[in-house]
Parts: sequence; structure tokens; C-alpha cells
Amino acid sequence: MIEALVIILIKIAVVMGLLLLAVAYMTWLERKVIADIQVRIGPDRVGPFGLLQPIADGIKLMLKEDLIPAHVDRVIYLLAPSLSIIPALIAFSVIPFGSSTTLFGLLAHPVTLRITDIDVGILFVFGVSSLGVYGIVLAGWASNNKYSLLGGLRSSAQMISYELSMGLSVVGVVLLAGSLSLVDIVGAQQGTFWLLGILPIPNWFVFWQPLGFLLFFTCALAETNRAPFDLPEAETELVAGFHTEYSSMKFAMFFMAEYANMITASAVATTLFLGGWLGPVAPSPVWFLGKVFVLLFVFIWFRATLPRFRYDQLMYFGWKRLLPLALLNVGVTAVSAALWG
Amino acid sequence: MQVPLSAYLILSAFLFLVGVVGVATRRNALIIFMCIELMLNAVNLTFLAFARFLNSMNGQIVVFFVMVVAAAEVAVGLAIIIAIYRNRETMDVADLNLLKW
Amino acid sequence: MEIALFAGFALVAAVAAVLVVIQRHAVYSALYLVIAMVALAGIYVLLEGYFIWIIQIIVYAGAIMVLFLFVIMLLDIPQEDVLWARRDWGQIVAAAALSLVLLVEMVLAVGRGALRGAQAAPASAQDFGTTLTVGRMLFTDYLFPFEITSVILLVAMVGALVLAKRQFK
Repeated sequence: MIEALVIILIKIAVVMGLLLLAVAYMTWLERKVIADIQVRIGPDRVGPFGLLQPIADGIKLMLKEDLIPAHVDRVIYLLAPSLSIIPALIAFSVIPFGSSTTLFGLLAHPVTLRITDIDVGILFVFGVSSLGVYGIVLAGWASNNKYSLLGGLRSSAQMISYELSMGLSVVGVVLLAGSLSLVDIVGAQQGTFWLLGILPIPNWFVFWQPLGFLLFFTCALAETNRAPFDLPEAETELVAGFHTEYSSMKFAMFFMAEYANMITASAVATTLFLGGWLGPVAPSPVWFLGKVFVLLFVFIWFRATLPRFRYDQLMYFGWKRLLPLALLNVGVTAVSAALWG
Repeated sequence: MQVPLSAYLILSAFLFLVGVVGVATRRNALIIFMCIELMLNAVNLTFLAFARFLNSMNGQIVVFFVMVVAAAEVAVGLAIIIAIYRNRETMDVADLNLLKW
Repeated sequence: MEIALFAGFALVAAVAAVLVVIQRHAVYSALYLVIAMVALAGIYVLLEGYFIWIIQIIVYAGAIMVLFLFVIMLLDIPQEDVLWARRDWGQIVAAAALSLVLLVEMVLAVGRGALRGAQAAPASAQDFGTTLTVGRMLFTDYLFPFEITSVILLVAMVGALVLAKRQFK
């Protein structure tokens, strides 16, 4: 009992540590990739290839003057950035990174590469991400600033609108896997099927639910307030949206929260559609990280390439285009599952 | 030693009581609405406790329906409150006395 | 272990509920209510509601309370004085009488039942409270209410839109 508790605590520490490190280096990755797409170099002064840039940025942000404006609601103003990042980190507690490992024979019993597995795994991820809306709404309100309030409300209205289509796009996956648990969903993607009898294709749900994958990815873009859906936080709109009045560490936490949400969304998309940690030859965490990295690259690619949606176009798209498509996907999947099993 | 049924019922009754006191003493329509939601949650807890102790799944199904109806009720209730605010510029239930004799 | 968890969650829920009622500002009330609901979700897990607890978090804490917060923030409402500062004696007497009656009733009902309710819970089936069982029951025994709730949600959506729109075109 104590041993199990210690193992879980170590897993939590390792996962959260790696996650925060990944969030910091996402900033570096984004700047490098966008620079490459825009035919320039990006950060390369601080350390080799600019690899120490996130550390330099962190030190700068920590040393900046921490302004708290006069008439803000103190408690909520200080609480909101944490409310933004905590749900993104908590969602990682049910995501499987790999099958079991014995750390090259160091451990007596193999330990499964996930923090825990609950039988309503995917619902837990959705519940926690719907709690992430609070950070933005409260940040906008606590700043005692009309523009922040409007920015916060617009951003959270966008998030809850796209949460709906996101949930529906996953229903097809759940129908095919027969379970809500993320471990079972990864398990249902094992094996291969033969295309035209000759070409082996892994049994990942992205091939069985292509529309579901596209819908989920689009909704994840909108959920994380990333381009092209990032109007509520664009620098030229409403001053800077809900985080106008924030400075230094709290501002840094909002940015960390956005990148953490991106990583969580990519990890969930990998688990649901790209077969999680499944893959031949290489050890399973390597496959998982590789797939998450590919999806993060696509996130950054979209930001560098696509222009921004206007807010009413964004809401129209979410409610009148994506939601009917998601319902169509559910209908078609349900009918085919009933007819062909 | 397990938690006895009376413990769950006492907690549920306490939450319900707090909700009733809230509805009776507050004048802000939104807070009254929130206390109604608190009462609904207390009732949900009672249903689930009895479902567990009588080993019957019907209690959980009822809780599911209560949640759905509560969601619908909140949507319509908040729309009504917004409409009232737009017309009379107040959210104080003591000011809504046009039908008083 | 179960008793410690129940005591913890129950304490959080009870304190948060009391704080909901006595706050002056509506935003704080809403946030304390969210805390109370999440604590209740923890108690639902102890009662083997393995599907209901996550639905409580998604629907109540994640959607309904966000809606409350939206309305509170859009309509800038003034702070309200506490009851005894308002000197509205009629309301104070009525509230006290109502609370007293309910308190007495609660003590009587729970006291009488507590003597009989002290036995342990019966052993439950393997899949009691799981998503599978709830889903099966919703689509067999409770199919008609299930379909009716979808109509209720549709009516609520249309009603909310109609009531909150500024004017008819």
C-alpha cells in the first residue's frame, strides 16, 4: 500500500516536472518553427541554437515589476492565473504514456506508464477542461477594466461553444472502442488492417474516424485560443484581452497555461485518434512523444500560416458548421457500427 | 467501519436547510437562484445515498434526470432574470411588486 | 479511510454552502457554490456513483455555474447588505420561523431514522453505478423519460433565446 503510494507520487512528480519543462521549451520550439516558416532564424544568441532562451525569458519575467492595479478584486486577481494552468496539468493524470516498463530491469515489478486509469477517462478530461474556463472569466472580471471583462467573456464563450463539438466528435471513438477509459481506447487501436488486401495500416482511429479527428483538432485549436481562433487574445484587439492588467509572473502563468493546454490537447488527440503509445520496435514512450510532437508542430504551423477569424465568423463556424458535422459523424458511426459491428 | 446512512442524510438535510435559509433571507434574485441549486444538490445527495443503501439503481437514474432538468431550469431562469433586469433595472426581488394588492 | 474522505468532503461542502448564503457579493457566492458542488462530486464517488460524479462536475460545476458567472458579470449588480443590517423585521421573523420549523423536522426525521439506519450498506453488484449500467437503464426502463428530457432541453434552449433577445425582427 505504501509502496503503491510512493510509486504514484514519483510518477506525478516526474510527469509534472517533464510537463512544465515541455511548456517552457514549447516557447522555444514555436519561435524557431515560426521563424523557419517565415525564412528567418529565430532565437540563436542565448546558448547553442538559442536553447537557453526559455531560461532567459523566465528570469526576465520573474525580475519584472509585479504591478497590481488599484481597484482590482485582490483574491480573485491573484487566483485566476493558477485556475488557468491547473486544469491543464490535472488532465494529464489519466493519459497513458506507454505500456509497462521495468526501467531496463531496475525495478522488481513492471510499472505502468500512466498515473492512473479511471473508467470514465475521457469524460474526466472534458470535465477538467470545462473547469479551465473559470481562470479566463475570473481574470477578465477581476481586472476592473471593461476591455478585460469583454475579452474574458468572449474568450470563454468561444471555449464553451467549441467544447460541445469536441465532445461530440469523440463519441464516434467511444462507440468504436466500447469504453470511456483512455487505456481501453488505446488498447482498441492495436493491430493492423489490410487496405485493398496488400497494404498494412495500423488500426488507429484516425483512419476509421477521419472526420472525427479533423473536428477534434479544429475544436482543440479553438479551445486553446490558438490561431486562427485567437482573436480574444490578439495583441491588436481589445488591448490584450483578459490578461491586459497582468504583469511578470502572473502573465507568464497565463502563457504557460496556454502552452500546457496545447500539450494536453495534443496528448488527448494522440491517445484517441493516433493510437497513443502503440508502435513497433521503439519503446512506447518514444512513440507517444513523437506523435504528440507531430501534433504540436501542426499547431505551430497553423499559427504561422492562417489568418485570424473574426469573432462572429468564429462563433458561426462553431455552432452552424462544426456542430452539425459532429452530429453527422455520430450518426454515420452509430449506423455503421450497428450494421457491420 | 463504513459511513452510516444517517451521516449522508444529515449532510443532505443540512445543505437543504442552508438553501432554504438562503432563499428566505436574500433579496438578490441571482443568489436566491443559487440557493435553489444548492437545494437541488442536497436532494441529489439524498437520492444517491438511498440508492446505495437500498442497492437500487433507480436513485442514480433519478439524479441524472434531476441534473438535466436543473440545467434547463437554470437556462430559462437566467434568461428571465436578464429580461427583468433589462426592463426594471433592478435585481432585487422586493422591487418586483407590481402585482401586489 | 472512507470515513476520513467523507468527513473531509462533507466539511468542505457544508462550509462552502454556508458561505454561499452569507456573502455580500454574488461572484463570491457563485465561486463557493462551485466548491460545494465539487466536494459533493467527491461524496458521490464514495456512494458508488461512478458515472454521476463526473456528470456533476461537467454539468453543474463546468456549465451551469459558468452560466451564472456570465450573467453576474454582464449585469453589474450592487452589493447587498446583510439581513440584520436591513432592519426588515417582517422578513427576519419569517425566515427564522421557517428555519426553526425545518430544523425541528430535520432533527426528528433523521433522529428516528438514525436508530434504524446504522447498519452497513448491503453488498452491491459488480457494476453498480457504472456508465454501462446507467446507460443500459436509460435505454430500456427509462427510455420514455430520456426522450422527454431531450424535448425539455430543446424547449429550454428556445425559451432562453426568446426571453433574452433584445427585440424581435
